[in-house]
Amino acid sequence: MSNLTGIAASNGIAIAKAYKLAVPDLSFNKQTIEDTENEVNRLNEALEVSKSELEKIKEHARASLGEEHAEIFSAHLLVLSDPELINPIKDKIESEKVNAEVALDETAQMFIQMFESMDNEYMRERAADIKDVTKRVMAHLLNVSFPNPALINEEVIVIAEDLTPSDTAQLNKQFVKGFTTNIGGRTSHSAIMARSLEIPAVVGTKEVTSVVNEGDLLIIDGIDGQVIINPSDEEVAKYKQKQEDFEKQKQEWAKLKDEPTISSDGTHVELVANIGTPEDVQGVLNNGGEGVGLYRTEFLYMGKNELPTEDEQFDAYKSVLEQMGDKPVVVRTLDIGGDKELPYLELPDEMNPFLGFRAIRLCLERDDIFRTQLRALLRASTYGNLKIMFPMIATLDEFRQAKKILLDEKDKLVEEGTEVSDSIEIGIMVEIPSTAVIARQFAKEVDFFSIGTNDLIQYTLAADRMNERVSYLYQPYHPAILNLVNNVIEAAHAEGKWAGMCGEMAGDSIAIPILLGLGLDEFSMSATSILPARTQIKTLSKEELASYKDQLLSMNTADEVEAFVREKTNQ
Amino acid sequence: MAVERTVTITDETGVHARPATVLVNKAGSFSSEMTLEYNGKSINLKSIMGVMSLGIPQGAQIKIIAEGSDEQEAADAVVDVIKSEGLGE
Repeated sequence: MSNLTGIAASNGIAIAKAYKLAVPDLSFNKQTIEDTENEVNRLNEALEVSKSELEKIKEHARASLGEEHAEIFSAHLLVLSDPELINPIKDKIESEKVNAEVALDETAQMFIQMFESMDNEYMRERAADIKDVTKRVMAHLLNVSFPNPALINEEVIVIAEDLTPSDTAQLNKQFVKGFTTNIGGRTSHSAIMARSLEIPAVVGTKEVTSVVNEGDLLIIDGIDGQVIINPSDEEVAKYKQKQEDFEKQKQEWAKLKDEPTISSDGTHVELVANIGTPEDVQGVLNNGGEGVGLYRTEFLYMGKNELPTEDEQFDAYKSVLEQMGDKPVVVRTLDIGGDKELPYLELPDEMNPFLGFRAIRLCLERDDIFRTQLRALLRASTYGNLKIMFPMIATLDEFRQAKKILLDEKDKLVEEGTEVSDSIEIGIMVEIPSTAVIARQFAKEVDFFSIGTNDLIQYTLAADRMNERVSYLYQPYHPAILNLVNNVIEAAHAEGKWAGMCGEMAGDSIAIPILLGLGLDEFSMSATSILPARTQIKTLSKEELASYKDQLLSMNTADEVEAFVREKTNQ
Repeated sequence: MAVERTVTITDETGVHARPATVLVNKAGSFSSEMTLEYNGKSINLKSIMGVMSLGIPQGAQIKIIAEGSDEQEAADAVVDVIKSEGLGE
């Protein structure tokens, strides 16, 4: 047995067999074939098995993700029946007397190169579809197993280099007990998805895919970031105990599910959740969320080949608002760009995508995309308590422009006779230091602030949060961050507005006492962090914490801040 | 003899993956040989890769040719799908 240490990305303990989500070795040798008829039959069989797998995946995608996501598999199925692809492969086997692997590879390569050389990004993406399906057929020809996360039907722990949002979307919680990856951090997509699926995860282990074999027994400890490979019986017993304790603690937390969040000296704050899809709402309600503090709308745009229509978006927004009843739902308008790409928009590559053409910058230029989203939101506004916020606002002008477009679309809808709520608050994400510094000016015009700490920290300390070599600079407790946060909260309160936070920091047990003391009104976090946070806040005195404010803001280093908070709150 | 029909693509993204899938599926359900001509190129309409390789944009004029026992029915059905998908007219 051996252990690996990674980053604890999602709470809990899982014990199950390893399931490798990696493309298997598909290398092959060139052979001369005498019995070409038999070789063509072998190809036909591999094609048939691949098709029936794709049919199953398509059905699974349709049931769990909807018609839209299932369509990509319809296209994959057609590729496997395409006479222009299949006939040349068969001709090659017959005329050149080569094995099916060679004929498949050479023919597919020709098409892949043809698509890759097209001057249209969308067409180049199609090359990836052909690669995908030919890999599946190749795996069947070679009799090696090809991973299908959607088809897992026994309890496993998924291990992978990294998981993309579409990989995680295929995971079935009933069987996938947890996952662990080589790369990633607490704020990477895979980690965020794990928390919304409520399955334990350890990311950033660097080498889990190379040291673990398919079928090895694994324990993953998402509380302390440990992966134990082929554990002894004692270890299994120990972790079963830890799992039980964790479940018990969860039950303790669950008792606070329907209670408000009140500090020991009687201050009420709002504990709300970050979500990505309407399916996440159930988790918010199960965990006692008092609202949604950040609805990331990007997922509506990702993993597909074209922009979502106004009606598709309307359905999603309406569903979230209806499920949440009169509880507030803060929807962030499209935040694409940076590490989140949409291939079909055909945006040029950038040197510094995080400092580039993304989020509101893109929406203001492509206002056709922006207007469609705003119309869908406005139409849905009568189904609940909607608040709209714009991401990546760097200047007041950007906010004014965005708000003008919003009001413009509202007028149009009202003129068309569509009912729109009159009480929609319009706010901004504060994630760019320039905006945090002049929050006072912004506070006169916005209805609320929501501080996005993941980006605010990386922009303030000039450290790419995806770059592991500078990850030591990702310091939520840095006094510069605390001063910016304080500035935003004071500015909001001076104008009678509210300030929230929707980064990972809002659910952090060291940050919570600091933020409570600074007067933060709303804490938005992963749904599973809400009950532990509520439990903690019940023990904290806001008045006492507020009295440390000046001291904290004038500290020299993040370590000093952390040590001070630990001492004052017995952590 | 073969049946020919000409349509203009009006969808702003042209013939992209979803409508191409529907088109090829429809063409595949007939026994006639189906050809699509665009921009001097001629491809097998029963081939998804053929259709996508043309990268047909908005405003394009395309010709659908069906030849075989059910050619009239096949050409009509494909043109109907193009219209009902909002792809062209």
